Amino acid sequence: MSAALPNAGAALAPEVLSVQGLTVSVRTGNGDRALVENLSFTLHRGETLAIAGESGSGKSITSLAIMGLLPPPAVRITAGSVRLGDTDLTKLPEAQMRSLRGARIAMIFQEPMTSLNPVLTIGAQLTEAIRAHSDATRSEARAQALAALQAVRLSQPEQRLKQYPHELSGGMRQRVMIAMALALRPEVLIADEPTTALDVTVQREVLDLLRDLQREFGTAIILITHDMGVVAEMADRVIVMKAGQVVEAATTRDIFVAPQMPYTQNLLAAVPRMGNGSRVSSDVPRDRSGETIARLRDVVVRFPLKGGILGRTTAHVHAVEHVSFDIRRGETFALVGESGCGKSTIAKAIVGLAPHQGRIEIAGQSFSDLDAAGQKALRRRVQIVFQDPMAALDPRMTVGALIAEPLVIHRLGSAAEQRARASELMQRVGLTDDQLNRYPHEFSGGQRQRICIARALALQPDLIIADESVSALDVSVQARVLELLQTLQREYGVAFLFISHDMAVVENISDRVAVMYLGQIVETGSRAQVFGNPQHAYTQRLIEAVPVPDPSHIRAASPRLAGDVPSPVHTLGQGPARLVMVDVGDGHLVARLYDGAEKHCLSSANFRRE
Amino acid sequence: MTSVTGVNFAPKGALRRLMDRKLAVFGMMLIAIVVAGAIFAPWIAPFAPDQQNFDGLTIEGAPMAPGGAYLMGTDLLGRDLFSRILYGARTSLLIGVVANGLALLIGTLVGLTAGYFRGWVGSVLMRFTDLMMAFPALLLAICLAAIFQPSLWIVALVIALVNWVQTARVIYTETTSLATRDFIAAERTLGASTGRILFKHILPHLVPTIIVWGTLGISTTVLLEATLSFLGVGVQPPTASWGNIIFENQTYFQSAPWLVFIPGAAIILLALAFNLVGDALRDVLDPTQRGRA
Repeated sequence: MSAALPNAGAALAPEVLSVQGLTVSVRTGNGDRALVENLSFTLHRGETLAIAGESGSGKSITSLAIMGLLPPPAVRITAGSVRLGDTDLTKLPEAQMRSLRGARIAMIFQEPMTSLNPVLTIGAQLTEAIRAHSDATRSEARAQALAALQAVRLSQPEQRLKQYPHELSGGMRQRVMIAMALALRPEVLIADEPTTALDVTVQREVLDLLRDLQREFGTAIILITHDMGVVAEMADRVIVMKAGQVVEAATTRDIFVAPQMPYTQNLLAAVPRMGNGSRVSSDVPRDRSGETIARLRDVVVRFPLKGGILGRTTAHVHAVEHVSFDIRRGETFALVGESGCGKSTIAKAIVGLAPHQGRIEIAGQSFSDLDAAGQKALRRRVQIVFQDPMAALDPRMTVGALIAEPLVIHRLGSAAEQRARASELMQRVGLTDDQLNRYPHEFSGGQRQRICIARALALQPDLIIADESVSALDVSVQARVLELLQTLQREYGVAFLFISHDMAVVENISDRVAVMYLGQIVETGSRAQVFGNPQHAYTQRLIEAVPVPDPSHIRAASPRLAGDVPSPVHTLGQGPARLVMVDVGDGHLVARLYDGAEKHCLSSANFRRE
Repeated sequence: MTSVTGVNFAPKGALRRLMDRKLAVFGMMLIAIVVAGAIFAPWIAPFAPDQQNFDGLTIEGAPMAPGGAYLMGTDLLGRDLFSRILYGARTSLLIGVVANGLALLIGTLVGLTAGYFRGWVGSVLMRFTDLMMAFPALLLAICLAAIFQPSLWIVALVIALVNWVQTARVIYTETTSLATRDFIAAERTLGASTGRILFKHILPHLVPTIIVWGTLGISTTVLLEATLSFLGVGVQPPTASWGNIIFENQTYFQSAPWLVFIPGAAIILLALAFNLVGDALRDVLDPTQRGRA
């Protein structure tokens, strides 16, 4: 493992990229403002350098500056040099820079869907990239493209060449991007948050792939990331950036073992870690027999897919299949799973935003039994906090009006009382009174999420659904918002349904956990049961896939080939195999197939090797 | 006592911020001048608008160029153009503001309803809109104008009934995307009524679009009125409107260009004035634009 011997081999390898005193500034009304200041590093062949930092640290600007892709004319390099071999990239005219990009220095972006042209086939885009930089004939370029797809271990590479980006999954698209970036064997690959948009098991595969390809081709990689777990697994050396400045630069081992700067120490302390979930919240004794706030029984959500000339329903997306669970007063129940597993759909069904079959009761009542007034009253009992706080707040309303909005809707109190309550809630979530007159765009991401939490609390609900509520936040902000949620829970006795894809966060805050896969719960139990003794193979795979923020951690070998996630779409009359939950002890339930035969996609054995 | 209008946390003085913008003030002054001209036309106008002056034509019988007793010249019948422009402002303002405003109102309501509810309500409304769009607007206007007894108000109504479709289409598209945003879902989970969501949370986001279509609509409607007048189903001569002054005289564009230029410039200036005010209004009402010029 390369991280085990930091720099030992890399120091001897030739230098490929050297950045000296790089300063990038943006032109503003009152002079230049530096976005990146005096950044220097060298990159050796076959080495991985991570640039880590939270949002606004200037790490992405650095990568764009090296690529010569800074948005003109306001943002530009004002000092320093970027030397690739003997060429200074900052002085290169655009035409020469263009011929260099892709050929000697390549980049992959966070979101592979937007980086690929949706109307061209994968093959067309790959051959075009190859032919733009070489004299290869069409057939030669095609052969190279095929080889590139094989190199990134895509299944059925011949077929993939003829497919369009939307026909591939997120992980496969990112593999195509990597194939495209590495097809011309560049000396330097800049990977800007390459796995942030991917599920954790897919992230695992893509990271493994990158590491293997690097070993094979000797490519030097600049890895831009906010995820310290990814840093620990991938990088030889790390540069920690904050607000455009280098905070600390050292080998990966040194950063994790003995961080020098307080900022780095805090950053590392904020990273949620697996395996120490007991550290937090165990001091709070919880009433395990508490009354049930939400009861889901056999909940099914299916979305019809229409087709044919008559627009009849030909198939269903089986988003949620026969899900049952209870949430008790004052506890945190976590629903964890990868994208498309139906966890957010459950949240929508609970708050009445998605039509469902089966029964959902909140405090003993169900939306489907009530008239309009009853439904409105029931809405007071359950509130939801969305993933993206900017999208969840009406940008044309002041924060004060937003927090008071639920009170206004439910006609609680006079205008003065509503105002007083809004300012009280504002202080409760750690913001100040005088910010009530501001608009959402004037706040940071973490502050906005606090505003959403304040709004959710305004009606004093019994249950708050947090749908990926901390996923979009920087780790240090994330840690503080999670802390706030736990304090509020103690204070108000509110129950949380915490929906997340992040196993480490879930382990840190939940009392009970349910793991979802393809619309069904495959394992549920207390935190200790699910994380301490995972029984279902999918749970085990999820836990294994989480990047560990510890460079000395040695990972067991895992299967490599990218398999397709089974589709939740089934034609009429068909459906996924029904699972039954078997109690393996003290309320720890694990899924087994209905007929007991382990033959279908959801059976435990299939997850072991795909 | 409970408050249902919402707690007012908004910083005061939207009007003052509007007045801070020079271009907006300029636009408002232009509109004020036109409005004043229309209201006080009988006192300002040196001649009656339909008075044919004997000395208003040259000896050859051609219209007089601007200058002298006739500030903006005269038309083919020797009528004073300045007086006709002043009286014409009454018609054109009514069409440009009332007819256009009515068209905007219908278009916004239809688009908003169809876009938020989708389903069969949306389908029916939008198919009807498409039908109206496919129908030649002029033909429709002529039919409608032929059915009703022509009068200024009927013409305004007819123009509104023809012009709402584009607005409805655009508002529909915007509403469908707004309706799927998280903050609307958040409102629904809070228990907000449909009316509150539509008018307090979606409508404010449509203001920029409505303003753009509104200002674009001013020149379109004024010219549509002129076309209708030209075809004999609009405002009946000798009543003046800016549009029909252009139409009456467009064939003499070569020999008497002022007869087309001056009313044309008046229409453009009016549209520009509304555009300036509309732009400023949009920025002032949008909190994310605050502090920017």
